[in-house]
Amino acid sequence: METRKSILRYAAPLTTIFLMSFFIAGAFGADEAGQTEQVIKITAKKFEYSPNEIRLKKGVPVILEFTSLDRVHGFFVADLGGVRATIEPGKVTRVRIVAPKAGTYEFHCDLFCGDGHEGMTGTFIVEE
Amino acid sequence: MNIDRRDFLKLLGVGSAVLVLGPRNSAGEPTGMAGQEDFFFVQLSDTHWGFNDPKVNPDAAGTLKKAIAAVNSMKSQPEFIVFTGDITQTTDDPKERRKRMAEARDIIKKLKVKNVKFLAGEHDAGLDNGEAFKEYFGKTHYTFDYKGVHFIAVDNVSDPTSSIGDAQLQWLSDELKKLDKESRIVILTHRPLFDLYPQWDWWTRDGAKALDLLSPYKNVEVLYGHIHQEHHKMTGAIPHHAAKGLMFPLPAPGSVPKRIPVSWDPAEPYKGLGYRGVQAKAKENLYVLTEYPIPVKKESAEPTKKESVAPWKPEKAY
Repeated sequence: METRKSILRYAAPLTTIFLMSFFIAGAFGADEAGQTEQVIKITAKKFEYSPNEIRLKKGVPVILEFTSLDRVHGFFVADLGGVRATIEPGKVTRVRIVAPKAGTYEFHCDLFCGDGHEGMTGTFIVEE
Repeated sequence: MNIDRRDFLKLLGVGSAVLVLGPRNSAGEPTGMAGQEDFFFVQLSDTHWGFNDPKVNPDAAGTLKKAIAAVNSMKSQPEFIVFTGDITQTTDDPKERRKRMAEARDIIKKLKVKNVKFLAGEHDAGLDNGEAFKEYFGKTHYTFDYKGVHFIAVDNVSDPTSSIGDAQLQWLSDELKKLDKESRIVILTHRPLFDLYPQWDWWTRDGAKALDLLSPYKNVEVLYGHIHQEHHKMTGAIPHHAAKGLMFPLPAPGSVPKRIPVSWDPAEPYKGLGYRGVQAKAKENLYVLTEYPIPVKKESAEPTKKESVAPWKPEKAY
């Protein structure tokens, strides 16, 4: 059933991200093998991310490090298992992502933030 | 003739109206309920009063008025009218927000039909949890009955996460428990309850929970807005119908890289804008949806002729 599929589609990745946040808090920037993972700093403000075009390597995990310059924003990537985060001012919000396939992945703010919210988007360009 | 929804959908593609199959018995015969009557209502959506970009709509201040004049000139007046959200364009300024709501409300008051139901969109309610909307248009979730049909207005925008929320879901569950599984139910909401295209934020984060609650009910229809275009989709046995907007059209889901308004075409002004008539047929137990354009002529134009809707096909067999 579509609705159940929908829940399953997002529940597992969200749980993973939730758990990963503890991992990142304890071992920021390092993977299980102790290798340093790339950290990409992204600022969010009405109504843009900077940078908003980010190149990644297929299968290589990165840590996105968000800060908000004004108000609460969201971050959501439907095509990466529904990974999302809430970006609050005064805090650093970290999200670990791994793109399994080459291609482009759109992300957007999923917390309504005003007149221009719909244009608050960005793109991951994932290369082989 | 024994016909199910899938067969019926396959028949679509020609004709002047979309027919939505209502409840039928095991022999495929309509199961109209005694005491019910036919009725007609109109759905308007996404008026975005306060929007200002002449490249997108050079008649931003006139489009809603034209739609209202067109509704007023219909020979058969609707018995009530529903606005399915984004009545106003959002603004950070609470004073300006209220000014826009007051202006929109005053324009809407010019409708001959005084039974008007309102739903909020995120532009109306997403920045203040619906506070201003409630002042001008009333509750954001509620129910009403009309001639045997139970209408449920679901708010999936006052929470800025575009969620219905556990409290409202509990309310929905409680409301549904009062109804027979055969009851005719129309859900009015702003955002799609299903995952239409989450890549463009065209979904409700916890919409699946609402659909699960509705799934035991055999005669449910969903009317919504948000996506500024006509769209029809079945999830299980539930048909969902998005209405056109009244400020600017948006592209078909995923058809272009970015979700930006379709530019105004001077050769075809108001193209992609319009409103919907809904004829609820009791005996046949079905709904007839008719899409109306914005009349290009003056507001005193003749009643809009019933226009053929763009043929729609289910994205897959259900």
